[in-house]
Amino acid sequence: MVEPVLEIFDLVKNFGALRATDGVTLDLRPGEIHALIGPNGAGKSTLIHQICGTLRQDSGTIRFAGQDIGGLGVAGRARLGLGRTFQVSSLAPEFSALRNVMLAVQAREGTSFRFLKPVMRDGSLIDAAMAMLERVGLTARARIPAAELSHGERRQLEIAMALALRSRAFLLDEPMAGMGPEGSKSLTRFLDTLRQEAPILLVEHDMDAVFALADRISVLVYGRIIATGTVEEIRRDPAVRTAYLGDHA
Amino acid sequence: MNRENLVNFILAVLLLAVPFAANMAGQPFYVTLATRVAILALAATGLNLALGLGGLVSFGHAAFFGIGGYVAGILATHSFSGEPLLFGLSGTNQMWVIWIVAVLLAGLLGLAIGAISLRTSGVYFIMITLAFAQMVYYFAVSWPAYGGEDGLSILVRNQFPGVMTMRPLGFFLICYVVLLVGIGLFALIRASRFGNALQAARQNEVRVATVGIQPYRIRLTGFAISAMMTGLAGALFADLNRFVSPSMLSWHMSGELIVLIVLGGTGRLFGPLAGAALYVAFEYALGGITERWQFFLGLILLVVVLFARGGLLGLLAGKARHG
Amino acid sequence: MTVALALEQLLNGLQLGVMLFLMAAGLTLIFGVMGLINLAHGSLYMVGAFACAAVAAWTGSFWIGLIASLVAAAAAGAIVELVVIRRLYDRDHLDQVLATFALILMFSEGTRWLFGSFPLYLDIPPLLQGAVTLPGGTQYPVYRLAIIAAGAIVAIGLYMLISKTRLGMRIRAGESDREMIGALGVDIRTLYTVVFALGAALAGFAGAMVGALQSVQVGMGEPVLILAFVVIVIGGIGSIKGALLGALLVGVTDTMGRFLLPQIFAFFAPPAQAGMIGGAVASMLIYIVMAVILAVKPRGLFPAAHA
Repeated sequence: MVEPVLEIFDLVKNFGALRATDGVTLDLRPGEIHALIGPNGAGKSTLIHQICGTLRQDSGTIRFAGQDIGGLGVAGRARLGLGRTFQVSSLAPEFSALRNVMLAVQAREGTSFRFLKPVMRDGSLIDAAMAMLERVGLTARARIPAAELSHGERRQLEIAMALALRSRAFLLDEPMAGMGPEGSKSLTRFLDTLRQEAPILLVEHDMDAVFALADRISVLVYGRIIATGTVEEIRRDPAVRTAYLGDHA
Repeated sequence: MNRENLVNFILAVLLLAVPFAANMAGQPFYVTLATRVAILALAATGLNLALGLGGLVSFGHAAFFGIGGYVAGILATHSFSGEPLLFGLSGTNQMWVIWIVAVLLAGLLGLAIGAISLRTSGVYFIMITLAFAQMVYYFAVSWPAYGGEDGLSILVRNQFPGVMTMRPLGFFLICYVVLLVGIGLFALIRASRFGNALQAARQNEVRVATVGIQPYRIRLTGFAISAMMTGLAGALFADLNRFVSPSMLSWHMSGELIVLIVLGGTGRLFGPLAGAALYVAFEYALGGITERWQFFLGLILLVVVLFARGGLLGLLAGKARHG
Repeated sequence: MTVALALEQLLNGLQLGVMLFLMAAGLTLIFGVMGLINLAHGSLYMVGAFACAAVAAWTGSFWIGLIASLVAAAAAGAIVELVVIRRLYDRDHLDQVLATFALILMFSEGTRWLFGSFPLYLDIPPLLQGAVTLPGGTQYPVYRLAIIAAGAIVAIGLYMLISKTRLGMRIRAGESDREMIGALGVDIRTLYTVVFALGAALAGFAGAMVGALQSVQVGMGEPVLILAFVVIVIGGIGSIKGALLGALLVGVTDTMGRFLLPQIFAFFAPPAQAGMIGGAVASMLIYIVMAVILAVKPRGLFPAAHA
């Protein structure tokens, strides 16, 4: 079997008396889309925070790209190749779309300590960034400040930034939220091709997208993974049906 | 040329023209005023790197300004007396040596203060930078070797090859060129990859970390560069007055530097120059009318903060733009 | 060095700490409830001192002066809040810093306008003149002991106010959740004015008390303000308990440092040099303590939940 890219083992996180993450074990294998679903308050956000490094787990391990990343901060994990998008998009609002992607390109190159060459006259930086914008279909909007982009465009921009990092895995936090039916469809098509580049851990509420995309699905309820399997297995799983899927299946 | 560039160009030309005109009219006092504008603008341009680009509201930049001043004063004193300074090294009256030492020491102090202060943010950062500057201030007051509370006089203005520094116009030209170089550096840094990261860290720290750049390191570097430029201005300021005292380190000085930036327009390339010109003009014009000019300065500042947030350049050149 | 001398210095440190607490409590309350950094807090301290000195000189009574200081500082605080400060709550810290810096310029110059450039003097009231004999035989001024006692009473009063009264309940609500107190039907604008005036009154009270120890002059509030910043940074911004402990720590550390360090350095260096080095290090000591505490706990000893 191929070595998983991301491996989470027996992760625990408590907030006072509340056990938000209760022994979660989960992995992400090359080439797959692994969807993480669960009702609101199941602890999805807490789990994501621990994977990204904004929260430290109380116990358990997270291995990424062959090493234990428990001691690394957000930036360190990103440099290892963990690319993410946010539930509520998070960009440099005053910068143009292009300049946002440039930031990701220079971060990947490790060239943020260059002081003299203007980025807007830096051919290689512009080309690399524009190539990413083209992939997500934002070429025409390159010079627009991020704050003035539409909701959907900001999502695309975040994905372009994750692409620019040449991530080894993508962590997409509800990319479909607020997208509208057309947007969701085109994003679904896009993610379908993205898995060739790097595996995706997809946290999503939109079940149509999940069922269309996921190779495997894990169901998180009250901080525990109650089932992991293919779409069919999850659809049939009685525990999932009672705990969660009831009205969807 | 867009409107902001035009305004900037006019400002730069005016700052050069006024002293020449004053010199010809036999009014060296105005040359000194223009020199003051140039030096304060340089100090504030330095602060603007941290505050305008990085969003780091440092209320302690007087520490760097004062360190620069004391470097000039102490090196000049030792050069004059012939007493060795440290490890047998002697003082100097060469400005460029003084500048290098001032820049290096201010940078080191910036690293030290920044390393601790940048672990915090917001109100904490403001208060901690203020407190550290105050620490340096009290050290200067209580350390008697270099004048303590009374300060230190520089008997003869330091030398620069090929320039008669004791002539007001000669010294002004030095300061003017240094200011233009400083503004040029600010422009380069703002447009560079580093500037990208520094400004992004102000807008959205999480985003910067998410692409794999540690905001702390970017900010610390920006803070140190900012300290260096303000330190250089301090060395020039000491030479202008031929005197350095703890007042250069006082928290009023830190406050004034912030005021200059905001009067001119936060984050703008020529904001500090516009602000410094306006400030010195206020000081001079109001000071001519009333002894209580600081009261009216406060009133004007209050009105600017409450009702005219773009500063002078916001008024003249419209809204700020970002690439 | 005698134990008696050390005890005297310790009491001086306590007295400084108590004064710092009065300043820091107002600052931290204003930050905790309104999210505002107020540089002009030192000006309110000065207003209190001037009001006390002027009224005491006019009426011949320190006590009437003391009441006047509370009234004047609270009134100045309320007016400033109504005219300027309430426009700043939604602004960023930079605007708050600048506007309150502008207020300092106006207060300082305005006071100079009214009272001239010469310092005023305020006599210790007859009731509190004289000294008591400490264990060990040194004489210690009654007035300084009275300051310590007054500070302790205010600290207890403040604790009672915040934990036991309706106003205190609203203040606590304001600290934890700004929307909620609006929903509770509390008039938030009035609450803010009251809190600001309360903080101002504490500062004015401190200014009046210290005014009888030092001369009353323009700019007297600024060193105290910066020490109070150190106090609340150490204690954790927004925390009254942190302000109390921070104030005592800073007061005692500063006073004992100035007393002890020159003596400690005397073991290593000749007396003149020891005095110089010790004095210089002592002047930086509290900032060094602050740096160390922040290196370990960046949000201070008692970080408030939201600050």
